[in-house]
Amino acid sequence: MMRFEPAGAEALLLVLAEQPDAQLPLRIALLAERIRAELGPLLRDLVPSWTSLLLHYDLTRTDHRQLVERLSPLLPRWLAEPLPAKGGRLHEIPIWYAGADLAEVARLCRLSVEQVIELHSSTEYRVGAIGFAPGFAYLGDLHERLALPRRSTPRTRVPAGSLAIVERQTAVYPQASPGGWHLLGLCPRRLFDVQREPPCPLVLGDRVRFVAVDEQTFRAEGGPL
Amino acid sequence: MSGLRVLKPGPQSLLQDGGRYGWQHLGVSPAGPLDLHAAAWANYLLDNPWGTPLLEVALGYLELESELDTWLALTGAQVAATLDGAPLPRWSRFPLRAGQRLKLGFARSGQRAYLAVAGGFRAPSLLGSVSTQLREGLGGGDGLGRPLRAGDLLPCQPASLARAASVPWPYQPDYRAPGQLRVIGGGDAAGFAADQVQAFFERSWQLSPQSDRMGARLLGEPLVAPTQQWSQGVGRGAIQVPPDGQPIILQADHQTMGGYPILGWLHPLDQARLAQCPAHHELRFSPVDLGEAQAELREFYRFFGR
Repeated sequence: MMRFEPAGAEALLLVLAEQPDAQLPLRIALLAERIRAELGPLLRDLVPSWTSLLLHYDLTRTDHRQLVERLSPLLPRWLAEPLPAKGGRLHEIPIWYAGADLAEVARLCRLSVEQVIELHSSTEYRVGAIGFAPGFAYLGDLHERLALPRRSTPRTRVPAGSLAIVERQTAVYPQASPGGWHLLGLCPRRLFDVQREPPCPLVLGDRVRFVAVDEQTFRAEGGPL
Repeated sequence: MSGLRVLKPGPQSLLQDGGRYGWQHLGVSPAGPLDLHAAAWANYLLDNPWGTPLLEVALGYLELESELDTWLALTGAQVAATLDGAPLPRWSRFPLRAGQRLKLGFARSGQRAYLAVAGGFRAPSLLGSVSTQLREGLGGGDGLGRPLRAGDLLPCQPASLARAASVPWPYQPDYRAPGQLRVIGGGDAAGFAADQVQAFFERSWQLSPQSDRMGARLLGEPLVAPTQQWSQGVGRGAIQVPPDGQPIILQADHQTMGGYPILGWLHPLDQARLAQCPAHHELRFSPVDLGEAQAELREFYRFFGR
């Protein structure tokens, strides 16, 4: 059931579902776009996530009650809009599959390294959320044969551009950071750059495919970051 | 451009403005001053608009030399401040002439002092803000998210003001007695057992030395939290309860999404009080109504022209 909840003195949480599904990121992306167009000046930030949208509002211009009054009559129409059939834009991202955990992942999943690369690069992923760090896009769904829990001890430093997996998700770390995911490879492209407009090429609902490249191509494309 | 030269940077002095808003959907934290109240007064004393870039000086120990004639304002933590050796009044603005040295001593009460300059410090704006975000490597003097270092130049413009001014003493908080910190209910509070919410308010908590600009960590008899949620957007002041039952209150450098259950939100003006509490300080919490908190916050914003 859809519902509005106050989230402190300056935010409103719009909950769309209790569980995420394949279509929800696209639905939430579309809704975020509509809300931004309709209420933009009243909002300081709008954070879409798996099942919800958090509206950080400007208390000097509006409040919870007013936002609920404005949004309630508009939501049914927006929620009934058809979603783009193919979904969001498709990004092809080169990966040099030479991550520190590749062999370990193969062993834990009882697969060969080649099979891990094949399973990972043959899936088309969807951006389900962006958070944790600037430009960090959670991609789903990873093939079930590759699903592993987090590493028992997180690394204190995962190199920038690392392609990693955990559970049914995969992601590229845009900057070096601590991390508990399993590292499969390296991406030569910057996925977050404040000098670029927009800083992050991926948006919620976009599709992503990873293309296996060799070390030479990886270096030619700008790696390592 | 000339400005103020950093002779000693102190343990952690950061350039901050009103915060890097508008990018949380890409995972960018807003940052900004931990103590909005003291930061707002520092700018107000100099007739600077809300969010003018200033310094947040953790624990004091900052030493600067001026290359120009301007005015500064110092608020927040009680640090022994001297200008060429002569003591300066607290919560006041004062003139600074080229060649003069400003020295901040150890913070005796409070944790963070705020130093503003007339017209503000100049720095490259990244995603609309100069606020320093250490974890993300954004903002600050060189744009790379670093704290002040010895030798840095803090560019600013010459200025002259008619006379000294101070914050009236009733508005200068006593950081040694922060009182009960007020919490707005909601979030997943309904998912907590009723006695756990009650326990949060009845127990006393200690501020963990592990706290930082991202989150204030509380230590105490653990709470029992409901199971983890799907990650959702989170904001400043959110009181998260991870599986170990020790609450974390999100501060200025908070992550944009989180999955831990949320018990409520700290009143935005009490986040300022929390920002001045030292490690191991005893904290107590009491509930406050959303409407009451909002009315008070609106009044605060109106006064400081946000």
